[in-house]
Amino acid sequence: MSLPVQVAAGSERATRLIDVTGLQALIDALTGRGFTVIGPTVRAGAIVNAPIVSVADLPAGWGDDQDAGRYRLRRRDDDKLFGFATGAQSAKPVFFPTQEVLWRGRRDGEEFSVEPDERAAAEAPYAVLGVRSCDLSALGIHDTVLTGRLHQDTGYGARRTGAFVVAVTCSDPGGTCFCVSMGTGPRPEPGRGAPYDLALTELVDGGRHRFVVEVVSERGAELMDEIGAGPAAPDEVASADRVAEDAAGRMGRTLDTFELKELLYANAESPIWDAVAERCLSCTNCTAVCPTCFCTSVEDVTDLSGDVAGRERVWDSCFNADFAYIHGGTVRGSTRSRYRQWMTHKLGSWIDQFGMSGCVGCGRCITWCPAAIDITEEAAALRAAAVASPSGEG
Amino acid sequence: MQTIEQYLPTHPFFAGLDDEALALVTGCAVNAHVRTGAYLFREGEPADTFYVVRSGRVAIRMRLPTDAVVVDTARDGDVVGWSWLVPPYRWTFDAVATEDTSFVSIDGACLRGKCEADPALGYALLQRVVRIMSTRLHSARVRLLDLYGTRS
Amino acid sequence: MTMLPRPFRVTRTTRDTQDTHTLDLVALDGEPLAFASGQFTMLDAFGVGEVPISISGDPGRPEVLRHTIRDVGSVSRALATAAPGAVLGVRGPFGTGWEVGAGRGGDVVFVAGGIGLAPLRPAVLEVVRAREDYDRVVLLYGARTPEDILFGDDLRSWAEDHDIDVEVIVDNGPHAWRGSVGLVTQLIDRAEFDATRTLALICGPEVMMRHSAAALGDRGVPRARVRLSMERNMKCGVGLCGHCQLREYFLCLDGPVLSYDALEPLMARAEL
Repeated sequence: MSLPVQVAAGSERATRLIDVTGLQALIDALTGRGFTVIGPTVRAGAIVNAPIVSVADLPAGWGDDQDAGRYRLRRRDDDKLFGFATGAQSAKPVFFPTQEVLWRGRRDGEEFSVEPDERAAAEAPYAVLGVRSCDLSALGIHDTVLTGRLHQDTGYGARRTGAFVVAVTCSDPGGTCFCVSMGTGPRPEPGRGAPYDLALTELVDGGRHRFVVEVVSERGAELMDEIGAGPAAPDEVASADRVAEDAAGRMGRTLDTFELKELLYANAESPIWDAVAERCLSCTNCTAVCPTCFCTSVEDVTDLSGDVAGRERVWDSCFNADFAYIHGGTVRGSTRSRYRQWMTHKLGSWIDQFGMSGCVGCGRCITWCPAAIDITEEAAALRAAAVASPSGEG
Repeated sequence: MQTIEQYLPTHPFFAGLDDEALALVTGCAVNAHVRTGAYLFREGEPADTFYVVRSGRVAIRMRLPTDAVVVDTARDGDVVGWSWLVPPYRWTFDAVATEDTSFVSIDGACLRGKCEADPALGYALLQRVVRIMSTRLHSARVRLLDLYGTRS
Repeated sequence: MTMLPRPFRVTRTTRDTQDTHTLDLVALDGEPLAFASGQFTMLDAFGVGEVPISISGDPGRPEVLRHTIRDVGSVSRALATAAPGAVLGVRGPFGTGWEVGAGRGGDVVFVAGGIGLAPLRPAVLEVVRAREDYDRVVLLYGARTPEDILFGDDLRSWAEDHDIDVEVIVDNGPHAWRGSVGLVTQLIDRAEFDATRTLALICGPEVMMRHSAAALGDRGVPRARVRLSMERNMKCGVGLCGHCQLREYFLCLDGPVLSYDALEPLMARAEL
């Protein structure tokens, strides 16, 4: 997978300033280079990633209200394009689609032949605009999980190769955000999470609408040159810094990550799991919106003759009833065991498996849970219960 | 071949019993031997004997109309039967030697009498019998799970 | 590409028991499938589905890929009943192996329950091939009834020709059964081996493995020298689908063979 080449930080070319016209020029330049540009749009009352061609496609003047089990768009009193926290989905579905054909095959007498599906490599390269810092970390986690181990997801790898990433600093964190607790935001940083090419910090004041652009990659710098973007003045850079600092102080939630893995491992029989199981519907919303979840299943499809068959990989969830099925029954039949599995994996065993936490603090699982279950609350409850009765199971 | 006095202390069932208790038990015991295929006892018969297996193999069998199913086996180091301790003192299964088998045969009535006269001996033997029963019960329960059948 | 099944032709099938068959497979392209004892493949019945099956053949003769398959569902039934000439798809081999060679210079105890004898068979064959490298070799095998005993010829040969202490025990037997009846853990209590120099490999239903590991521990075999082959749902076999996780372990990458010191705390919990 080719990574964007880093430009030395602090160099004259490292920060630029563009206005909304410049942003349009950037989109046009990317489209002109053959990228499919994906960005946030408003659709059916939510912010949704979709292919865009124009700044007019972006959610100008829209903000969001998020809380446990609650998501609403609201009208801002300005025209900010990125004045919301997160949409329902991260960049995950762009590179890791809900459905993917693994192979198609045909039977010929007793024999059969199979062909891999090469569509991923043939797809136009993607440019993703407006990737939040938390989602950038999530993308980096997926890079490790899906292409950084013994066996690789070749479709994901093909889509990631050459992908252009325009990240964005959060100015309006939401009621369920806790990226600060997870060390993943609110401002993109080179070397943290997936590599990116440009990072925008939006500034709207004094009647001026502009973006301080942090230039990270060679090709990002070339694009800035191409559209004629000038350097950002020190006071603009300082304003951008303030946006990030201000956002860091307005997190909706916090998560105490101190020895969290050990806490989860040692408290597998905590009554907290029983309590959350009373409320959890096992609906799989959390895993669907989580930017780091990667579990999949396979489906075999055939035509009526049984001579043409294919295998597809589809998103799956550890909350599904048959996720842990082995002959004779399912290992995790109770909602209690499934919630425990999800949270222990996300906040605990992920660290043993991949060297980092699986949670980036985006808050989507809290927002989109119909039962308003809050992973930060559950972690705090677990910790409090463990302190109250330190039986310690090991 | 060892005498009963020499053999019993080496058998796992009697481990830890003091000499006095062993002497009391020995007083009720004789050596016995059966050939392959011989019945030690049948279901329903009066249960008057406690069998301490020295060598060979005994099959514990339950009779069905069309077959008899072996539900347990006892080998050297095992014991057979506790029905001599439990009223109405009747065997609840058949016991058949599937090999030439040598054992120490202990008279149940004799042993019961000595236990009633000496509660300490009674307690010591009861402890050991309960451990055997516990092991057999656990074994039966685990096999009831039919792990090699439809369950994993 | 690890997600594409390779076509293998069934050259021979054997009916082991009323629900278990052994298939011999040869790659259509002739390439042998080299594997380590304890590894598995994802076996595909074209158009029906794919399941993980442990390899039960001889690692020293990889030209023939052997699988012993129990009919427990639609896919395994399609595989188990495949006739000679049928072509199945194979992906793999995947997973960690038994690494029975770690027992060289000491005693090896195999404990098998039911179909669990099949994944252990390659490791037994490894030991048989280098018998002089090991001291006492013990095989303890629990089966449901005498009719369910697998690989009877192998068991006899191992006992008679290869100096392996083979003990078989069944859950129950017909009246003519002259062997032992009870649990395989009873055999562990009586078997002769030097616990301080023993490597123990266990395979079978999880409850049986847990009890056997505990019994071996009671005999003094260190937990790190007891290995189990664990089973969970598998969809990809390559660590990407997430289904086979046992807390932090991906059973297709970190397992299926894991040592008991890692497994004991996990097996003590329900629904993990």
